[in-house]
Amino acid sequence: MANRPDEAAGKGANKPALELHVPEPTYRPGDPVDFAHIHVPEAGAQARPDEVCDAIETSSLCYDLVRVLGDDNKAHGPWDPKLDPDTLRTMLHSFAMVHAFDERMFRGQRQGKTSFYMKCTGEEATSISAAMALASDDMIFPSYRQQGILISRGYPLIEMINQIYSNKGDKLKGRQLPIMYSSREHSFFSISGNLATQTPQAVGWAMASAIKGDSRIAATWVGEGSTAEGDFHAACTFATVYNAPVILNVINNQWAISSFSGFAGGERTTFAARALGYGLAGIRVDGNDPLAVYAAERWAANRARANGGPTLIEHFTYRAEGHSTSDDPSGYRSAQEREEWPLGDPVTRLKNHLIELGEWDEERQVAMDLACAEEVKAATKEAEKNGILGHGLHHPFRTMFEDVFEELPWHLKEQSEQAIRERETKFPEGRPGS
Amino acid sequence: MIEAINEALDLKMTEDPDIVVMGEDVGYFGGVFRATAGLQEKHGKNRVFDTPISECGIIGAAVGMGAYGLRPVPEIQFADYIYPGLDQLISEAARLRYRSAGEYIAPMTVRSPFGGGIFGGQTHSQSPEALFAHVAGLKTVIPATPYDAKGLLIAAIEDNDPVIFFEPKRIYNAPFTGYYDKPVEPWKKHRDSIVPEGHYSIPLGKARIVQEGEAMTVLAYGTMVHVAEAVCREKGIDAEILDLRTIVPLDIEAIEASVKKTGRCLIVHEATRTAGFGAELSALVMERCFFHLEAPVERVTGFDTPYPHSLEWAYFPGPVRIGEAIDKIMKA
Ligand SMILES: Cc1ncc(C[n+]2csc(CCOP(=O)(O)OP(=O)(O)O)c2C)c(N)n1
Repeated sequence: MANRPDEAAGKGANKPALELHVPEPTYRPGDPVDFAHIHVPEAGAQARPDEVCDAIETSSLCYDLVRVLGDDNKAHGPWDPKLDPDTLRTMLHSFAMVHAFDERMFRGQRQGKTSFYMKCTGEEATSISAAMALASDDMIFPSYRQQGILISRGYPLIEMINQIYSNKGDKLKGRQLPIMYSSREHSFFSISGNLATQTPQAVGWAMASAIKGDSRIAATWVGEGSTAEGDFHAACTFATVYNAPVILNVINNQWAISSFSGFAGGERTTFAARALGYGLAGIRVDGNDPLAVYAAERWAANRARANGGPTLIEHFTYRAEGHSTSDDPSGYRSAQEREEWPLGDPVTRLKNHLIELGEWDEERQVAMDLACAEEVKAATKEAEKNGILGHGLHHPFRTMFEDVFEELPWHLKEQSEQAIRERETKFPEGRPGS
Repeated sequence: MIEAINEALDLKMTEDPDIVVMGEDVGYFGGVFRATAGLQEKHGKNRVFDTPISECGIIGAAVGMGAYGLRPVPEIQFADYIYPGLDQLISEAARLRYRSAGEYIAPMTVRSPFGGGIFGGQTHSQSPEALFAHVAGLKTVIPATPYDAKGLLIAAIEDNDPVIFFEPKRIYNAPFTGYYDKPVEPWKKHRDSIVPEGHYSIPLGKARIVQEGEAMTVLAYGTMVHVAEAVCREKGIDAEILDLRTIVPLDIEAIEASVKKTGRCLIVHEATRTAGFGAELSALVMERCFFHLEAPVERVTGFDTPYPHSLEWAYFPGPVRIGEAIDKIMKA
C-alpha cells in the first residue's frame, strides 16, 4: 500500500495538501500578448511518412506542426502538395466567397433578418483546403463552422441563405437553427446542434462504405472543445477497431466559446496526440497554412482509400472572430491575440503565395473580393424574396408535423389540425405564405 | 420467443443484403441471450459483428450507416445500458428525418432485452419505454408472444423510422404467470407459440385482442399481458385484454372501441408509475371515453424505486396488485 509521505506524523501533518488545478488561459482582456511559447517550426521541416505506414510512425507528427508555406511565401518540403495555380486560385476564390458570405450574414443577423450566425474567419483553410483534398462524393460530417465546404462544393448561396432565414425557400422547412445546413446532393450531412454527435456517425458511414466495398470515404469536423465529449472517444474507438476509412478533423481554434483549449485537456498534450492512444494515425498541421492543410488531408484520404486506416488531424488555428453573433470575445480574451497569432491568416498567406508565384496580384484580389461581395449581395436579395425569419413567408403549418415519422400518425394528424385551427383564430385574415 | 427473434433476423438478413447486425457479443458468440446465434456464421463478419462497449458508438455508428443506406439492427445488451447512447437516439436518430426534411433517414431497429423477473438487479431489469414514447420520431415496440416477436421484428426492420424493439427478457423462453412458485408452461405448449416459417409481418400500431370480454378492458404489453391474463382467468373476470404491441404508434382506435364497450379500464405495466406510459394511456382514455366510463381508470405498475434485486418479486406487478385493482374497478 502506498502510504502518505509522513503518515506517522499524524492527521493533517501530511503536506503538501492536495490542490485542484483549474486551467487559466495565458491572456485575459487588457493583457499584452506574447506567443513566444508557441513553437512554430520551419516550413518544410517535417518528414512525410508513407501513407500506409503504421499509425505509430506518425507519432512525431502529432507533436510537431506540419507546415509548407514559409515566411518567404514559398512552398517547402515533402508535404508540398504541388498544386497548380488554377487550383490555388480556386481555393482563394472560395476563401473570398466564404469571407463575403460571413460578412453579409453577420450583418443580416444584426439587422434582425435571422436569429443567429457563426463566422469561420481565420479558419477558412481548415474547411475549404481540407475538403478540396477529398473527392466530391466523399461524405462530410461537419460541425457548424464548415460553411466553406458547402461553398467550395458549389452549393448555391441562395439555398444557404434560405436556410439561414428559415424562409419558405428553406429546404429544411424552417426547422433547423440558422447555419445547420444539410445537402445530400453535396454529400454534406445534416448538422446537429449537439456537439460531437457527428463523429461516431461519420465512422459508421465509413464502416458502411467498407462493408459495401465502396470507394468513398468519410470525413468529420469537430472543435477542440468538443473532443471532450464521449462521442468523440467512441468515434476514435470505432474508427480504430474497424480500421474505418474516415478522417477525424479536430479544429483547434484555441477557444470553445469563452473556455480556452485547456478545458478540453489541451494544456498537457496536443489534440493530435489523442490519436496515438487509439492507434490512429495523427497529424498536427498548421491550420492557417492552406497548402499544409490540403496536404495533410490528402495524405489521410489516400491512407483511408488504401485501407491504411483512419487519421486524426489537428488543425492548429485561431478563431479570429467571436464564437457566434451571440458572443463578445472581448469579455474573456485579449484583443491582441488575433493580431499576434503567430501563424498569420490563411487568406493572406495563400494570396501572398500566389503573388510570389507570379500568378496573382493585389488588384485582382481586390476585384475578386468585390465580385464575391456582389455575388453574395445578389443572392441575399434573391433569398429575401422568400422571406426573412419571422416575417410570414414560412412553410405551411402542416409541414411542422411532417417528417417526424415517414407517415403521419393519428396523434400528429390531430395536432396538425389543431395548429391550423389556432392559426385561423389568431390570424383571421390569414398570414402570407401559410 | 428468442428463437422467433433469431428467425426474424436470419430471414431479413437473407432477404436484404443491407441489413447489418451489431452489438456487444452478438457476433461469434451470438449474444448473451443467444438472439443472434449462428448469424455471423451464416451471413459473414461484415454483416454481423461485435462492437466496442460503447452504446454511444453503437447507435452513433448506426445513424451513419443508416445515412449511407444500410439498415442496421444494433443490439443494446440490456435496456439499462441504453442511456450512454441516449443522445444519439434522441437527438440524432429520432430527429434526423425531421431536421434534414427527409434528406437523411436513420432506419435502424435497436433491439434490447428489457424488464425484470430474472433477478437482474437494478442494472438488468429496467423498463424505460416511457422515455422513448416521449421522443418524437421514435417508434417503440414490445412483443408479448413468439408469433408477435417475429412478425413485429420483421415489420420494425422494414420500417424506415428508427424503432426501439424491447424484448421482455422474462418471457424469452416461456410466458410468465406472475407467480414465482408456480411452474411456467414452456412456449412450446403455449397457445401463442406457433411461429410460421417464412416471411410475415405485423403492422406497427395495431393492438392484439388477447381475449374478448365485456366486464372491463385491460391494456397491457410485454410480460404483463400474460400476468393480466392469468389474473383475470383466476378471478373469473370476463375482461377484454388488449396487448398494445407498440406504444408508439399507439392503436387508439382499438383502445377507444374496447373501453367504450366495457366502460372500465385497467392499465398494467411493469415500469415505474410516475410519468409512466400508463399515465398517458389513462389520460387518453379520460379524454376520449369519459362519458362511457363507469369507474375511474386504474393503473397497476412497478413502484417508483430503482429496481430491487432480492425483493423483485415484491416489486413486480403481480396477481395481488392486479387483483386489488380489478376488485376496485368492478366495485365502483
Ligand atoms: C452537447 C453540447 N453541449 C454544449 C453545447 C453548447 N455549445 C455550443 S458551441 C460550444 C463550444 C464549442 O467549442 P469547440 O468545439 O471548440 O468549437 P468552436 O466553436 O471553437 O469552433 C458549446 C459549449 C452544445 N451545442 N452541445
